[in-house]
Amino acid sequence: MGLALSDTQVVTAAPVLSVAIRKRFGDTAQGDFQLDVEFEAPAGITMLFGASGAGKTTILDCIAGLQTPEEGVISIGAEKLFDSAASVNLAARHRRVGYLFQTLALFPHMSVMQNIGYGLATLDAVERKNRVAETMNSFHISALASRRPGEISGGERQRVALARTLVTRPCVLLLDEPLSALDAATKAKIIGDLRAWNGSFRIPILYVTHDREEAFALGECMIVLDHGRIVAQGLPQDVLHRPELESVAQLAGFENVFDGTVIERHVEQGTMACRIAGSQVDLEVPLTRGELGHAIRVGIRAGDIMVSIVPPQGLSARNAIPGVITALEQRDVMVVAHVDCGAGFEVDLTPGAVRSLPLAVGSQVWLVIKTYSCRVLR
Amino acid sequence: MIVQALALTLRLAVVVSLILLVISLPLAYWLTFSRWRGKFLAEAVVSLPIVLPPTVLGFYVLVALGPMSPIGRWYQSLTGHGLAFTFTGLVIGSVIYSLPFSVQPMAASFASVDRKLLEASAILGASRWRTFWRIVLPLSFPGVLTGFVLSFAHTLGEFGVVLMIGGNIPGATQTVSILIYDQVQALNYRVANETAGLLLVLCLVLLTCLYALRRHNGWMLWDWR
Repeated sequence: MGLALSDTQVVTAAPVLSVAIRKRFGDTAQGDFQLDVEFEAPAGITMLFGASGAGKTTILDCIAGLQTPEEGVISIGAEKLFDSAASVNLAARHRRVGYLFQTLALFPHMSVMQNIGYGLATLDAVERKNRVAETMNSFHISALASRRPGEISGGERQRVALARTLVTRPCVLLLDEPLSALDAATKAKIIGDLRAWNGSFRIPILYVTHDREEAFALGECMIVLDHGRIVAQGLPQDVLHRPELESVAQLAGFENVFDGTVIERHVEQGTMACRIAGSQVDLEVPLTRGELGHAIRVGIRAGDIMVSIVPPQGLSARNAIPGVITALEQRDVMVVAHVDCGAGFEVDLTPGAVRSLPLAVGSQVWLVIKTYSCRVLR
Repeated sequence: MIVQALALTLRLAVVVSLILLVISLPLAYWLTFSRWRGKFLAEAVVSLPIVLPPTVLGFYVLVALGPMSPIGRWYQSLTGHGLAFTFTGLVIGSVIYSLPFSVQPMAASFASVDRKLLEASAILGASRWRTFWRIVLPLSFPGVLTGFVLSFAHTLGEFGVVLMIGGNIPGATQTVSILIYDQVQALNYRVANETAGLLLVLCLVLLTCLYALRRHNGWMLWDWR
């Protein structure tokens, strides 16, 4: 990305994107849907993470000026893009926002070079040509200059679309699941390019994804969205590993979520026992503010559960729950065991473990679960 | 006689289809992209000539162009003669009559352009004008071409409106279809046969060319460099 910097553009203190908007949708397929969010995105990559229909794309559309919120304020630094109170609503073309659609929206009748140069209409021909060449160079697509989008590969199209967006030097970059269609290797390369570019330009980048791995790989900050609301915000690791809300747990991949009741509290040990509803299974979980008899919800990752074929002894783990395997299911390179302990558990196993123990449908097993593998969701 | 009528018909078709191209592009754009609630009214009015008998349309245009109407009087005060039974009157009637054949294919092809491309254009800083010329028009070129050719072919073959407005004046308003009618009335079947055959072939060739062109990707013909 060195070339992109050679232009004499002074990079001053990066302005912060701040968004506080409300928008209602009357007749969507999911019924009434209200978007109500407030956040700030500093320079760097902020992940907008959530299931489809959570309102991620709507937020990006509002920032870009493609949709209009009912009320609120959107600003970049001191510049207001939208302010319902002051009747400010800058047209999309004046917002200087870069937006990479999920569908890329490359112009099919134009060459790669023409696509990239499209946003530089105000520059004179020579400067425009230089800037386009420079950008194509830094995104490794110079060889494609005269090809049309229909004649290049998916990864190349992604690069072209990214280059077309960045060549205009936007104040904010919006990326809507830009890498969802790519294989891991291509993804990694493009992420590398984006990181490098961001290292020099330092603008707020909002990156929408529903892919956990992407969220971990890229994000410096993370916003979790559910049904139009922000349910968690912070570092990706913190948000995903210490979820406090059920929707985050589901997004973060908690295969096991149980309703239960607090039956004992061991304040001095920092734990409490809970009875899983509709069963005789008691789990020891970290102490929370739940009083005796309180209903709580517990999330356990399928990958955090160990399986033993003999009653386990001498372990630090406090939960050893007897059960019977009811199904073994091959998923990619792992096996998911369904275990009935009175309550149904899902456990991730390696095929090797299944063979060597061995495990089969009907096997008597004990599930070993650390107290701190049980997340109490409020 | 045939040559004169044919020349007149072609001249009429060329003038009318060119005028329609100029009118239809903005009209089709407006019909496609306007968010006005009453748009359906305009759509209905534009489509009216498809279902209305040409004589009804011709009658109203005749009245509107005649000396009793403000338009007719205004035109007469400018030029010294009326609009009815003149070539100009014929052009006006034909433009109205062929309007839907021009507007509808254009509007349909504008509507089929991926909205994301238009949004991408706006986000890249392009005005609506630039977006239209650089994105919408090139990508809907087949539809625009269809509208142009259909309005041309439709004008070639029109009869009722021409008869009502233009009458049957050789060299001024006698088109090929009027000539055929005239010859049949005079029991002159040989000339009628030749003229009819000529018009049939002409229209067939035109439409064949159009559909052959459309088989290729339209925008290949409209390359922007």
